[in-house]
Amino acid sequence: MAEVLVYVDHVDGAVRKPTLELLTLARRVGEPVALALGAGAAETASVLAEHGAVKVLTADAPEFADYLVVPKVDALQAAVEAVSPVAVLVPSSAEGKEIAARLAVRIGSGIVTDAVDLEAGEQGPVATQSAFAASFTTKSRVTRGVPVITVKPNSAPVEAAPAAGVVETLPVGFSAQATGTKVLSRTPRESTGRPELTEAAIVVSGGRGVNGAENFAIIEALADSLGAAVGASRAAVDAGWYPHSNQVGQTGKSVSPQLYIASGISGAIQHRAGMQTSKTIVAINKDAEAPIFDLVDYGVVGDLFQVVPQLTDEVNTRKG
Amino acid sequence: MSLRIVVCVKYVPDATGDRHFADDLTLDREDVDGLLSELDEYAVEQALQIADGADDAEITVLTVGPEDARDALRKALSMGADRAVHVEDDDLHGTDVIGTSLVLARAIEKAGYDLVISGMASTDGTMGVVPALLAERLGVPQVTLLSEVSVEGGVVRGRRDGDSASEQLEASLPAVVSVTDQSGEARYPSFKGIMAAKKKPVESWDLEDLEIEADEVGLAGAWSAVDSAAQRPARSAGTIVKDEGEGGRQLAEFLAGQKFI
Ligand SMILES: Cc1cc2nc3c(=O)[nH]c(=O)nc-3n(C[C@H](O)[C@H](O)[C@@H](O)COP(=O)(O)OP(=O)(O)OC[C@H]3O[C@@H](n4cnc5c(N)ncnc54)[C@H](O)[C@@H]3O)c2cc1C
Ligand SMILES: Cc1cc2nc3c(=O)[nH]c(=O)nc-3n(C[C@H](O)[C@H](O)[C@H](O)COP(=O)(O)OP(=O)(O)OC[C@H]3O[C@@H](n4cnc5c(N)ncnc54)[C@H](O)[C@@H]3O)c2cc1C
Repeated sequence: MAEVLVYVDHVDGAVRKPTLELLTLARRVGEPVALALGAGAAETASVLAEHGAVKVLTADAPEFADYLVVPKVDALQAAVEAVSPVAVLVPSSAEGKEIAARLAVRIGSGIVTDAVDLEAGEQGPVATQSAFAASFTTKSRVTRGVPVITVKPNSAPVEAAPAAGVVETLPVGFSAQATGTKVLSRTPRESTGRPELTEAAIVVSGGRGVNGAENFAIIEALADSLGAAVGASRAAVDAGWYPHSNQVGQTGKSVSPQLYIASGISGAIQHRAGMQTSKTIVAINKDAEAPIFDLVDYGVVGDLFQVVPQLTDEVNTRKG
Repeated sequence: MSLRIVVCVKYVPDATGDRHFADDLTLDREDVDGLLSELDEYAVEQALQIADGADDAEITVLTVGPEDARDALRKALSMGADRAVHVEDDDLHGTDVIGTSLVLARAIEKAGYDLVISGMASTDGTMGVVPALLAERLGVPQVTLLSEVSVEGGVVRGRRDGDSASEQLEASLPAVVSVTDQSGEARYPSFKGIMAAKKKPVESWDLEDLEIEADEVGLAGAWSAVDSAAQRPARSAGTIVKDEGEGGRQLAEFLAGQKFI
């Protein structure tokens, strides 16, 4: 059976959920071969095998951490040459997309980014994308070369599918460009203990209506009662009430959870671009005319300072 | 020595308008107003600031797009860029990102550059990959997705805030930089700027000027294809209640019914 190359996103050997989702999609197209790079690469093998990787290629070298993007492109190219896959799947993170794009042009292939679904088709894999702030759904294909496709988080279920997961070291020769951009320092993001925004099943977001950094405690309390991640609108982020890393929208994170709860957010097109594909959408807003209400499955017209704490109490009571 | 900056700016349909696909599944540009992609204003702004800090600098704004795309160039010129290049050719209709990056890279080389600056993503295609593709094609370092950028003594430095970490980056010029909307508010064109822009040169290049064959670009030359595009069905109208003291509890009831609690 044809092999599909899956680029692994991991932090020191801990595989991120979107990669396991990619393995589910990869199995629809062929036999997944995973590529894991950098510190801890070999430690990813067991979880990748549990989720369908027949083979795990690994490579570690200081270049992967010390220089931006290009060393990873060199490695992915080496993997494509070693495996001759029918497709290359990469998680749609900012870096993942850059790696995928550079690979595509190098190997003479087209690229489709931000797929939200993938199926096998007669002329190769068919990707579903959502366009124009998720108001359109398109089906796209790569028509030349080895299809390079990046896939958004939450696009497929994580499924166990035990496979051999044979670990092999991939020899990588670095290109002249590999050391062009130095990473002088790296400050890891502090963990909040809450789920990762893009991967969370439930996201609770606050906007300008939250009216102050200290009031985000109300949003966090609701999130914690539901085991959710916390998001924010750009207005809240620009006001300095919440970190930019939690911004949901066109220039923030794009989320697609089972449940999205927006409080004090009007629903501007740029915000909708990042959350419109959420399965169930709930909004709390004191303005009955707010555009967010056009999207909701359930909306409460009211003051978030009344509604949100009451909801949190009720959730905690029902759980307790 | 003069610092030659090329800023890539895209002309895009207004995101607040009703965007559609045409019959050939490319963007329908007939019914929607276009404008300079808002995220590219941040690129123009950083170029202006970098030029201010340099002894001598020249900013060229570059767009690949239809006739109307000139509006995007005018806006960038009125913000303070020095000259503009418009790549326009009927054969460009339907070009994918691989082809777009080829055209941009050739035009950048022809214009002459030490530094290329672009936005983090367009507001229509939103792929966010053109800057990386330009670095690959030009064979120069990519210093992308910067929320802070500076250029000094032939070296570009910046901060990239990624998913799991914030990184400080450094590369020697020539290089390709892309900036995010966290990099600093873009200035509004002044009246003086708008008047001055009218006198600034706008060059027009076609595929022949860039030694690109028609079949390398356009819909037929694209390495990816859109087979279908369907408007998402409008969400069926949800339940909306007015809070009269029980809004939170009613919402909890709904969430419990949906098995979220
Ligand atoms: C809804 C939609 C989905 C699409 N999906 C795909 C796809 O999956 N694969 C594919 O190959 N093509 C796709 N296309 C076509 C693709 O968007 C365009 O061909 C293209 O020009 C590049 O991508 P982008 O606009 O997303 O640029 P980005 O990579 O998001 O742009 C980043 C920056 O590059 C610069 N830039 C980009 N385009 C230009 C330009 N024309 N002139 C000057 N500067 C520019 C700007 O500084 C911009 O901020 C899609 C188009 C649409 C409308
Ligand atoms: C290029 C570009 C990119 C952008 N990217 C993003 C992005 O990624 N993400 C993003 O979110 N935005 C983005 N924006 C900004 C976007 O256009 C909006 O300005 C922003 O989303 C508004 O945030 P908001 O809904 O919190 O604020 P507002 O639009 O001011 O809405 C606040 C809402 O809170 C309600 N409210 C006030 N008080 C209460 C209360 N006590 N109880 C209940 N409701 C209350 C009000 O009725 C109102 O509807 C972008 C803009 C541009 C130009």
